[in-house]
Amino acid sequence: MTPLSQLLPGQFGKLASLNPERGVDQRLMALGLLPGMVLKLIRRAPLGDPLAIEFGGQVVSLRLAEAENLIVDVAADCPIQRPRQP
Amino acid sequence: MSTPEAGLLVALVGNPNTGKSTLFNALTGLRQRVGNYPGVTVARKSGTCDLGDGQKVELVDLPGLYSLAAASPDEQVVIDALSGNIAGDRRPDAVVLVVDSTNLLRNLFLASQVAELGRPVVIVLNQADVAKKQGLRIDTELLSRRLGGVPVVLSSAWKGEGILDVRRAIALAIAQQTQLKRVAWPTNIAAALADVAAAAAADTGKQISEADAQRLLFDTNPSTADRLGWTIAQREKTLRSARDRVRNSGYNPMAAEPLVHYAHLRIILEGVAIEGLGKAGRSAAVDRLLLHRILGPVLFLGIMLGFFGSVFWLAKFPMEWIQSGVDWTKTIVAPLLDAYPMLQSLLADGIIGGVGAFLVFLPQILILFLFIGILEDSGYMARAAFIMDRLFSWCGLNGKSFVPLLSGFACAIPSLLSTRTIEDPKARLATAFVVPFMSCSARFPVYALMCAAFIGPLYGAGWQSVVMIGMHCVGLLFAVPTAFVLTRLVLKAKPQPFVLELPRYQMPKPRDVIWRMWQNAAEFVSKAGTVIFAITIIVWALSYFPREASVADRIKAANPAASEEVVKAKLQAAYVEQSYMGRFGKAVQPIFDPLGFDWKITVGVLASFPAREVIVSTLGVTYSVGEGAEADSRQLRKAMQDAKWSEGPRAGTPIFSLAAVLALMVFFALCSQCGPTIATLAQETGGWKWAAGSFVYMTALAWVAGTAVYQVVIRLT
Repeated sequence: MTPLSQLLPGQFGKLASLNPERGVDQRLMALGLLPGMVLKLIRRAPLGDPLAIEFGGQVVSLRLAEAENLIVDVAADCPIQRPRQP
Repeated sequence: MSTPEAGLLVALVGNPNTGKSTLFNALTGLRQRVGNYPGVTVARKSGTCDLGDGQKVELVDLPGLYSLAAASPDEQVVIDALSGNIAGDRRPDAVVLVVDSTNLLRNLFLASQVAELGRPVVIVLNQADVAKKQGLRIDTELLSRRLGGVPVVLSSAWKGEGILDVRRAIALAIAQQTQLKRVAWPTNIAAALADVAAAAAADTGKQISEADAQRLLFDTNPSTADRLGWTIAQREKTLRSARDRVRNSGYNPMAAEPLVHYAHLRIILEGVAIEGLGKAGRSAAVDRLLLHRILGPVLFLGIMLGFFGSVFWLAKFPMEWIQSGVDWTKTIVAPLLDAYPMLQSLLADGIIGGVGAFLVFLPQILILFLFIGILEDSGYMARAAFIMDRLFSWCGLNGKSFVPLLSGFACAIPSLLSTRTIEDPKARLATAFVVPFMSCSARFPVYALMCAAFIGPLYGAGWQSVVMIGMHCVGLLFAVPTAFVLTRLVLKAKPQPFVLELPRYQMPKPRDVIWRMWQNAAEFVSKAGTVIFAITIIVWALSYFPREASVADRIKAANPAASEEVVKAKLQAAYVEQSYMGRFGKAVQPIFDPLGFDWKITVGVLASFPAREVIVSTLGVTYSVGEGAEADSRQLRKAMQDAKWSEGPRAGTPIFSLAAVLALMVFFALCSQCGPTIATLAQETGGWKWAAGSFVYMTALAWVAGTAVYQVVIRLT
């Protein structure tokens, strides 16, 4: 179990839990990011923050601080795992 | 707001980036009206749409959104509009849901929420051409059947395909009252909703719709309860026990709504879309370049500097044409009224000048919105915000503040209009509030005059450039802490979530871009334009009246040997001195005394309210070098260099000492002495409160900073 903010670019994970009380997480849930959803960290912005993640056929940007509460299961059975070396 | 021949109202609803506005333009053929929703700064765009059989309806384009949870004013407007809670607006007779064909699941979440409102619905699967290219095939008949028989049509609004089908589908939905299949709430949630509805109805005496009950139960935002007048004391206990009930059934009450809707939609979409072999989108490849760690920012800077350089450069020509057009009109019209000097001045300097005062902003507005349209519709604006967000997030702004702040260096007016691209209302307000701090091009002539007349001759060209650059940074220096304090302490904004979709790259459609550019310009002229015109007339009147004949006699008598030109210049100066503006300037001069301003500078500052650069020509008049003085006028420079205090403790010393020159420039860098900026700020923030606040704050800040500069420098020199 890893916070989404610690994923490496290119790494996949399955969303394990989020905090539905927070406004950010409510927005993400409306976009379809619900527990069990497979997501991929595409990249970090050039200044390190925010992050771009892909899920359900869309690319969404969110801030590092907002990604800390999203817990991801990296070991889960995800399609491909090709983490790029940092 | 309604069209008399239509009678029926149809609403267009959908996620952002679905081509909704393109579809709206295609359906209405640009027969549109733009207004504002009462009390909020959300534009109401509506137009007349022919349903293909001669029947006409009014079509309203609601703001794009992802969910009905009221987290922003835009979303609140959509909820209110769809439930008929907007004063002067009817409840729509049908809702057209615009869906991105390439992402059915996410787009239909909003559709599923809208279904709860019980209006007849049409589903438009837009961007069908892109889906086809990606190899996606959608069984529209199956989808229509699964959704309870609502019309489902394919369209590609960009290419103009499927528009007639959409028109027919709207007619069908109205005729048959087609209802979208609603989600089946688990028993416990249904019971909790019923509890909330019953309690709210009992407490408020109002009828509570099912949609209202859902907003009350699922939203943390109290806007629905506030609208219904359901107080915290009344609702607290009911909501807590209803949410406990939801929790007991295994759902987090804050997550229940999307969980249930998405589960419902996954079943509906089973087998509806078949993925074949198609070309994957190229957006990911483009992003690898445009969002690259090193190349990304380099390309970003190149694009932005290229765009804004050309706003500056391209707009210069039409601005000069407008200026010479205004001057030419004056020279044509003025001689016709030689016999009536008052009317002549009113027409030339008041009315024609007033029209010119707001027309001159149009080239920059049009060109800036052309570029913003291209940036937004192509999908690059979201990437720009992604790259820049880190620089702005710490002071409560976000990546989307960049474009308005950068364009503020050209002119605050178009820049304020461009804050509309920022969705977060508090970040938008904070950005609009600090935009006037950016050193706009109208401040340039003031710096140029002061530097050329005093800094250059005394300290050399090197220091002249240092001061010029420094003045451009002064505003920025104060803007950042202002934004920080405003968002943290005044607006008390919690760090707003910055969840931003990076949409597929797309070719912008020229018609959409040009149309939006035109609408923004038209709104500016009709709203801020009228205020700018009024300000010009008022300032003209204050500087003209009272014009007593005795002044002319006195000046002529005092200068019997002088040439006609000199007498004319002295007479103008005398007129300004005895005008209401001159008297007022003399009266308030003591307030500006700590900055080292004499009454002439004070009058110049006051009279430049319609446009900052006017101070140069006002100084030209008060220093008797005649009207039309420019920043590079030698006569004006000489007159200012020679000016000395005639009385008081500073008698005999130059008025324009280094201290006074620097104080004047710092004052100008920070003050809000610009009527058009205030008028536009009022237009964009939906009232005079923030505009007045900005004026008071900036004026106070400018006074304090100017005084500090004068008092320190005068002691050092």
